[in-house]
Amino acid sequence: MNKTAIIVENLSKQFGHFKAVDQISFEVAQGEIFGFLGANGAGKTTAMKMLCGLSMPTSGKANVARFDVYTENESIKKSIGYMSQKFSLYEDLTVKENIKFYAGIYGISPKQIIQKTELLLRQLSLEKEANVLVGQLPLGWKQKLAFSVAIFHDPQIVFLDEPTGGVDPITRREFWNLIYEAAEKGITVFVTTHYMDEAEYCNRVSIMVDGKIEALDTPSNLKSNFNAASMDEVFIQLARKAKRSE
Amino acid sequence: MSPLRYILEKEFKQIFRNPAILKTIFILPVIQLIMLPMAADYEIKNINIAVVNNDHGTLSTDLVQQITASNYFKLVSYTNGFNTAMESLESDRADLILEIPNNFETSLFKEKEASLFLAVNAINGVKGSLGAAYLNNIIQNFNQSFRNKELVPGRFNEIPQIQISSSNWYNPKMNYRIFMVPGILVLLVTIVGMNLSSINIVREKEMGTIEQINVTPIQKFHFILGKLIPFWVIGLIVMSVGFIVAWLVYGIIPLGSYFTLYFFAAIYLLVILGIGLLISSYSENQQQAMLVTFFILMIFVLMGGLYTSIDSMPEWAKWFTKFNPISYFIEVMRMVVLKGSNIKDILPQVLAMLGYAVVINIWAVLSYHKRS
Repeated sequence: MNKTAIIVENLSKQFGHFKAVDQISFEVAQGEIFGFLGANGAGKTTAMKMLCGLSMPTSGKANVARFDVYTENESIKKSIGYMSQKFSLYEDLTVKENIKFYAGIYGISPKQIIQKTELLLRQLSLEKEANVLVGQLPLGWKQKLAFSVAIFHDPQIVFLDEPTGGVDPITRREFWNLIYEAAEKGITVFVTTHYMDEAEYCNRVSIMVDGKIEALDTPSNLKSNFNAASMDEVFIQLARKAKRSE
Repeated sequence: MSPLRYILEKEFKQIFRNPAILKTIFILPVIQLIMLPMAADYEIKNINIAVVNNDHGTLSTDLVQQITASNYFKLVSYTNGFNTAMESLESDRADLILEIPNNFETSLFKEKEASLFLAVNAINGVKGSLGAAYLNNIIQNFNQSFRNKELVPGRFNEIPQIQISSSNWYNPKMNYRIFMVPGILVLLVTIVGMNLSSINIVREKEMGTIEQINVTPIQKFHFILGKLIPFWVIGLIVMSVGFIVAWLVYGIIPLGSYFTLYFFAAIYLLVILGIGLLISSYSENQQQAMLVTFFILMIFVLMGGLYTSIDSMPEWAKWFTKFNPISYFIEVMRMVVLKGSNIKDILPQVLAMLGYAVVINIWAVLSYHKRS
C-alpha cells in the first residue's frame, strides 16, 4: 500500500450559491477499500462524479490513477470502472450482449471478450441466463452483473455509488465477496454506502457532512475516537450536526 | 477493432427488438402512402350549386343541363327565387349560386349580350374559387357554341376573342397523385427519421445509461455516429418501401434514376437525423424531445412546398424556406420523378444539403458533453 490511487486536495463543487462539495482533501492507497459515507445530500455522489470525470470541479486539485481530473479526464476513464446509483446496464439487451458492448467500448479484443465472458458467467453462475434480457433478472443479480461489467476491463480503480441499495442481506454479502475478490486483484475500491455494517468491511472510512469530510480513519479507530460501540453510532453522532436537509 | 462496431451492434439490436419501431418503419408508411394521396386531392368535385332560373327558356335550361352534366357540380336546388337559393348557401348546403335573369334568352338574341349572376361561398376558399373557375369555363363554352350556331358564319366576329390552349408539361394529365405521392414520401422519410433520432439519446438519459457511457473512454463522434448510422439505414429502408408502394399502387416510376434519388436522400437524411440528435441532446426527457420535434416538423411540413406553394409565399417566408430541408427534397423529388433530372441538375440542392449536414452534425457532436 505504498502507491496512491487517488489524491484530492481542497476539491470543491459549487452550484450557484450552493456548495455541494466544500474543500475536501484525502488520499486513497492502491488496493484499498475506501468507504465514502454521508447522509443523503451530503455531497458524496457529486464528489465521486468529479473524480470519474463526469462533473467539472469548481476548484481544488485531484489526481485519479495519476491523471489530472481537469485535463486528463479521458485518460482517467480508461483506468477506472464506475457503477452508478441508477442501474445502468441495457435492460433490452441480454447479459452477454451487455458484457460484449461495454467490453468492446473499452477496446478489449473479441477473442478476450469471449474468454472472459465465459469465465465471468461461470463465476456469477449466470451461464443459463447468458441469453436472457437483463431487464428480466432479479435486482440482486443485476447489481452483481453491473459490478462485474464495471471491472471487466481490469481498471485500477472502481467507483461504486450505493451499489447495494435495495438488495437483500444475502445478496449484499455475496456482493461484498465480489468486492473483496476485486481488491485482492489489486483494484482500488471507492464505495459509497448507507449500510453501516458495510462500512465495517472497509479498510478506511470517510464521513461527509454538509459537503465537508468530518472524519476519516479506519472503522476501529473511528469507533474508539467517538467512544462508540458501532459505526452506526459514529455516523449518527456526526450526521446529527448536519444543517442541510434533503 | 473500432468501438464504433460495438456501438452499432448494440443500437441495431435495440431498434429491432422494439416492436413499435418496426411498425413505424414498415406499416405506417404503407398506410399513409395509400391513404393520404387519395384524400389529399386538389381536384374538387361535388361542388354544390344552387341555380335560380328566372328565365325558363330553352337556352337557360340547356345551360343548366351542361352544368349538371359535368362531373364537378351537384345541383342542390333549382328555384326561381333568389332567397331560397341564398338560404341554402347560408345553411352551407350550396357552395355557389348561379342566377339566370328573366330576360336571359331574349336579350341574348336581341342585344347580343346577357349577364349572369354568380355568388360564391368563400368560407372554403379553394372550393369556392375553383368552383367559380369551373363554372366560368362551362359558361365560356356555352357562349362559344351559341355564337357558332346563331351568328351568321362568314361574318367577322363582333368581338374578337383570344383562345388559350395549354398543354401540361411533365404531368400531362395533371394527375394529382403523381404530384402528391413523391412529396408525401419525402414527409414520411423525414417524420420517421427525425422522430426516431430525437428520442434516442434522451432515452439513454432517462434510463441512466448515458452516465455509464460517459465514464467510458468512448469518443464523442463515435457515439454520435453510432446513433446516426442505424437511423440513416432505416430512413433509406422506409424510402424504399415507399417507392415500392408508389410503383405498385400508383404505377409511379421516376423518370430520372433511383440512384439520383438515393444519392440525394443519403445526404438529406444526415441533415434530418442531425437535427433529431441535436434536439435529443438538448432535451431533458422524451416528452420534451417529442414536443420540440413535433413543433419543428409541423413548420417544416407546412412550409415545405407540398401543401402550399413556396412561389406564392411572401418574401420573408421564401427566405425562411431556404433553411427548410424538406423544401429541398420535395423540389428534388419532383424534378427527378416528374422531369427526369440528373445529379447535375440538382447540384445546387445537393450542395445546400451537404453544407447543412456538416453544420448540423458538428453542432450535434459539440452539444453532447461527457462532463457537466
